[in-house]
Amino acid sequence: MTDWFPLWLSLRVSATATVVAAMVGIGLAYLLAKGRFRGRGLLEAVATMPIVLPPTVLGYYLLTTLGVNSPVGRAWERLFGGPLVFTPTAAVVAASLSALPFVVRTGRAAIEDVDPRLEAALRVAGHPEWRIATLVTLPMARRGVLAGIALGFARALGDFGATVMVAGNIPGRTQTLPIAVYDSVQAGNDSAARTGALILAGIAVVVLLTVTSLSTRRT
Amino acid sequence: MTTDRSRADPGVTVDITTTVGAFTVTADFTASAGITALFGPSGSGKSVTLATVAGLLRPDRGTIALGDSVVADPARGVHVPTQDRRLGMVFQHAGLLPHRSPLDNVAIAVRTGNRTRRRELAGSWLDRVHAGHLATTPTATLSGGEQQRIALARALAGQPRLLLLDEPFSALDQPTRRSLRQLVRDLVDAHDLTAIVVTHDLDDIAHLADRVVLYEPGSTTTSHDLEPDRPDELLRLLRLIT
Repeated sequence: MTDWFPLWLSLRVSATATVVAAMVGIGLAYLLAKGRFRGRGLLEAVATMPIVLPPTVLGYYLLTTLGVNSPVGRAWERLFGGPLVFTPTAAVVAASLSALPFVVRTGRAAIEDVDPRLEAALRVAGHPEWRIATLVTLPMARRGVLAGIALGFARALGDFGATVMVAGNIPGRTQTLPIAVYDSVQAGNDSAARTGALILAGIAVVVLLTVTSLSTRRT
Repeated sequence: MTTDRSRADPGVTVDITTTVGAFTVTADFTASAGITALFGPSGSGKSVTLATVAGLLRPDRGTIALGDSVVADPARGVHVPTQDRRLGMVFQHAGLLPHRSPLDNVAIAVRTGNRTRRRELAGSWLDRVHAGHLATTPTATLSGGEQQRIALARALAGQPRLLLLDEPFSALDQPTRRSLRQLVRDLVDAHDLTAIVVTHDLDDIAHLADRVVLYEPGSTTTSHDLEPDRPDELLRLLRLIT
């Protein structure tokens, strides 16, 4: 009988990470698209880094930042009574950071694409900037933003390197599906590896089809 | 800030220089009740002036006063945000929210009252632009002329001190253009509005404007009052810019 725990954990971790990345990412995307402030370029570079860094390096930095000897790790332990690293929560942190750049970059492009005259019309009508964002900018950019979130979800679901560094590979606790596939191959368990690989590929195809339909059904 | 008195004294005094990239435009004119046309060839900076009056751009120097309240004066650090200038504006393309109904698009611009009251007022503005029957028609399916009527209702629904029209008819066909021009004329007269319209169409000058501010590339604007019973005036203006 196949062990479904890794799939279940992967879905839970990547769903949570997608929510986190969407909330932080939409805010960052809006700030980068509309804001004119010092350090904007640097902020964009930092938010994009998880795409270009080797995932193991991202995981290494997370491990250093969140580990039991770090200030963050110690604070976490005092608050919650146990370490953060090598838990499903650590996997969520890794997956969120991996997903973030997709939400930020795709969302930013979609926000910049919104016709500035629509926003100007509401500004003239007396609405504050946050109202314009919720009435005009985000609804008009929603397809691009959703495409970014879908890509982020796929990236979160597929993360291997960062997750294995910071959450480890504990079967039944932190072993996500991509890690389980690796384990199965190492153990010569071909049928489990094939099942896991097929599921991940299937989800990836569905996500990509969603992204395509979001980006082509434009008015 | 906005009182009945300022509604009764709605003139605008503009003396500004605005720079956008390598392009600089200087405008110096006064507009009182009625329709003032900013007229000149494309690229002469009419829309830049209008955007500066709206507060969407900041002038490098000079002042803009609505009635007796100064809304822009960089030398004294004055820049009243667009939101607080109490304006109405119509663009060349209507700029309606495609995901909202025409009624919602107008209701968004009503500044007072609860949701029901705002929708009532929006409905009455739709009636006044002869678009009451379009209140719930999907916005994206409206024709250019219909969208522009609704944009006009939206601009007026906020009871603006000043109505700004940026080439509002130029994307429309001739018959639609004529009927919308008449609509603007009627509304300005009925509500005693001050309006500034940017145009490069001589027909707008002939049939709509009470005074015209001429834009010549590279120089400060000049203002001319139009007297309706002097058709040779138009020819004189035309000669000035050609």
